Amino acid sequence: MTAVVVYDSVEVGTVLPPLSFPIQRANLVMYAGASGDFNIIHWNEKVATAVGLPDVIAHGMLTMAEAGRVVTDWVGDPGAVVEYGVRFVRPVVVPDDGVGTRLDVSGVVTEKLDDGRVVVQLTATVGGDKVLGQARATVRLA
Amino acid sequence: MPLNADFVGREYPAAEPYEVSRELIRRFADAIGDPNPAYRDPAAARALGHPDVVAPPTFLTVLSFRYVVDSPMVDPALGLDYSRVVHGEQRFVAHRPVHAGDVLRVVSSVEDIRVAGRNEVLTTRTAVSTLDGEPVADIYSSVVSRGTAVATQEGEGA
Repeated sequence: MTAVVVYDSVEVGTVLPPLSFPIQRANLVMYAGASGDFNIIHWNEKVATAVGLPDVIAHGMLTMAEAGRVVTDWVGDPGAVVEYGVRFVRPVVVPDDGVGTRLDVSGVVTEKLDDGRVVVQLTATVGGDKVLGQARATVRLA
Repeated sequence: MPLNADFVGREYPAAEPYEVSRELIRRFADAIGDPNPAYRDPAAARALGHPDVVAPPTFLTVLSFRYVVDSPMVDPALGLDYSRVVHGEQRFVAHRPVHAGDVLRVVSSVEDIRVAGRNEVLTTRTAVSTLDGEPVADIYSSVVSRGTAVATQEGEGA
């Protein structure tokens, strides 16, 4: 595995390039098919609102996957991610209006470990509200 | 109804192994909108030191839906009511990357059941290895079972 980012070039406080992800209903349909998660709250607003949600919501795991891209795009090798965890703190609502919503993700190195590893803290927001909590990835650098 | 705490430690081995293919990885990468060539092009993945295309860090989430019949989530004796469930936390610990061509053995277990106010939190661990027993990943997933905790005297109605 060959990470492009070199451990010695990274410091606590190193900022990763941020990314934004538009999310529309079509993205949820694709994610349902690829992941096998066909939970009806991710594609049917009648059911979503009946269980108390404002509208159809994105799969939490789709949000997690997109947020993780800030790390994999930065490091170059997706196989360099040795640990990745999040808490789902707020649903990502995806209206059927042809626009959808937008996930904004940023990341910063918060810790340097031994063995060439660093910890990246991710911040994932929709409209300024955090949707993931304690979103952290441990990456093995070159 | 509260979850059955006797289930902590119980294991649910998947009946069949999971075969990872280039096409499954490509489809997952398309679905998360990630154009990284290491997910699609074996040469690009080999240039990074992988034997074949590599899977995105969250790819193994597919296991929880592929093996839902072999999971504690649907064991009636555990007592989880899926309509009360929301996904609380997810964590992947990779012992090595997942590649096309991997044939994976999957064993889920109940890691922990704890009360949080009126809710219960069920944490499952999915141990993923090769058929030879080489560890590949451990996946920890916590779901919140809303309103199923037994009210304690001081906590009743809280």
